[in-house]
Amino acid sequence: MSILADANTKLIVQGMTGRSGTFYTDQAMTYGTNVVGGVRPGKGGKTHIGRSVFNTVKDAKTATGANASMVMVPAQHAAAAMIESIEAEIPLIVCVTERIPVLDMVRVKDALNGSASELVGANSQGVLTPGACKIGVMSTADARPGHIGIASRSASLTSEVVASLSAIGLGQSTTVGIGGDPVHGIGFVRCLELFAADPDTHGIVLVGEIGGNEEEQAAAFLKQAKIRKPVVSLVVGRHAPAQRRMGHAGTLSVYGSGTAQSKNAALKAAGACVVNDVEDVAQAMVDAMVPA
Amino acid sequence: MNLYEHEAKEILAQYGVPVPEGRVVDTAADAEAAAKAFPGHKFAVKAQILAGGRGLAGGVELAATPSKVGEIAKRLLGSKLITPQTRASGETVSRVYVEAAVDSDKDIFLAVLVDQSTSQISVLGSSAGGVDFEERVKHEPGIVEQLTLRADGSFEDADGDVFLHKIGLPQSAYAPARDIISALIKVFVRIDASLIEINPLTLTRDGALCAVDAKISIDNNALFRHPEFAGLSSGSDGDEIEMQAQKDEINLVRLDGNIGVVVNGAGLALATQDIISDKGGRAANFMDIRTTATSLQVARGIGILLGDPSVKSILLHVHGGGMTPCDTIAEALAIALSRSQRKVPVITRLAGHNAEYARQMLVDRHIPHENFETISSAVQRAIAHAA
Repeated sequence: MSILADANTKLIVQGMTGRSGTFYTDQAMTYGTNVVGGVRPGKGGKTHIGRSVFNTVKDAKTATGANASMVMVPAQHAAAAMIESIEAEIPLIVCVTERIPVLDMVRVKDALNGSASELVGANSQGVLTPGACKIGVMSTADARPGHIGIASRSASLTSEVVASLSAIGLGQSTTVGIGGDPVHGIGFVRCLELFAADPDTHGIVLVGEIGGNEEEQAAAFLKQAKIRKPVVSLVVGRHAPAQRRMGHAGTLSVYGSGTAQSKNAALKAAGACVVNDVEDVAQAMVDAMVPA
Repeated sequence: MNLYEHEAKEILAQYGVPVPEGRVVDTAADAEAAAKAFPGHKFAVKAQILAGGRGLAGGVELAATPSKVGEIAKRLLGSKLITPQTRASGETVSRVYVEAAVDSDKDIFLAVLVDQSTSQISVLGSSAGGVDFEERVKHEPGIVEQLTLRADGSFEDADGDVFLHKIGLPQSAYAPARDIISALIKVFVRIDASLIEINPLTLTRDGALCAVDAKISIDNNALFRHPEFAGLSSGSDGDEIEMQAQKDEINLVRLDGNIGVVVNGAGLALATQDIISDKGGRAANFMDIRTTATSLQVARGIGILLGDPSVKSILLHVHGGGMTPCDTIAEALAIALSRSQRKVPVITRLAGHNAEYARQMLVDRHIPHENFETISSAVQRAIAHAA
């Protein structure tokens, strides 16, 4: 078991015929993901890397029974692609595309409201259920099937955490990149709900960053949901200068977004095992999983 | 991309937001001439820099005569302003904005932004507008009020009035203030802003509203559909080197330490910086190499660090992922070092995709470096070299 993606996932790729679409679709198939087709307006009826291409998501869904879509469409068209999948009622949409205008994401979120879809991303490395299904662009070299769920705002740190967990003998149930953009699909809270309900996930790692209030929301949820699985959390950016913007991580404190210190305090108060450095995550999980 | 105050006000004026009469100049003589042409006899001279916190740093001064305007402009032009939002060395003032000053009865703070928790456009306001607002709000977050918008970005007049009452405006100002808020939301959507901040929106002694200062940030990700901003003098944040790095697909923020840091991914970069600081070191920069960067682009990024005399060691920390394999960065390091006159100790920590291949490449090409397996041992070494 796992969350979001598994051996029953039937994936279509929006933007499959593009350069990165081709490359990552091929990689996903090599990994064992069941890719059932691709979407590229105007190229319907053709075959690309051994898979049928459709003009619309609806056509692809009707023909293949797809239940997931990976969006690898350039930023200018990514919002429309996501909305198309939402309207076609695709249950899982994973958007990898970076640098989508924030007001486009506001429109996508509006379309998601009350829909049948879960959105992961945008600007996400994707969803990986090791050994079963890869939807995204993450490295899979160090991932091992197992029982630790990871929800992360950072692709590079997820790789680091996955490698250290595998090295210490802890495989992963599913890793989810919630995306580095301010407005995005599912967040820590939804991941926690899903991991809590998944019998095969025995421990959860949250990888957060300064900026936004996602970690505070996760803390509030942990407090009231009383999850009986160990939660290890890491929030990076403890030493980032408060007033300068840092990549996708930073935002202005004036607008109510927390510092690493305040996020850590909230998570700790909610019962999470808070670690300071990425090198400490795996050992903390080992320690947390020993029944007291 | 942040706009200068005068650029922001020009846009706001086009949408009907009242702003004081003003002119941007780059010489003291022009400043004096501009003041002479204004009605009234009180003027504000404002340094045009992109960083906030300008008022408290001496970048805004009032003058009673045009000749005083010239004197102030002379002092500001070419000087460096240091605020909490600039680097320690400050930002150079190359232009000043001369304005007709207004008599304030009340200063309001207004902002439009996307609220991350609701994923909707949101209007924030406070009765505590003015230069010390940012400092106050840190300790009293309760002084900020929020106006909830409908999904289409509009609001009920009645909700607007409740909000305006809470931020301390008198009833006589409700109607024009609602018009200003509607205009700000319209601007926000039309130009793909990520932030519009009016601080202060001043209620003048004769009861009119006026945007006395204005900050607009444009969403960089939306610039592709706004060619109108391509010709503006504003940069992403006024630092030419950081802007150059942006063109090379690298998010670079220069800091004041002595360890040059090359990392792929914002999260890993922040994590690396945390470990450096915990161990007593100081990073010279924050670097997040985007997945689309080529080795030649990354080489230029590393070149920036090599060319900075304050950088005493370079820590190259890469966790190769699906999109950036380690060898791309190793290749970049080799190119950058071959182009550089200056020798700086290089410490590497390579993990993930193609790490082994990248390590071998550095050895085969005789690139002087020391490689470490763990982050902390690599950081420790980089700090020792920089000390």
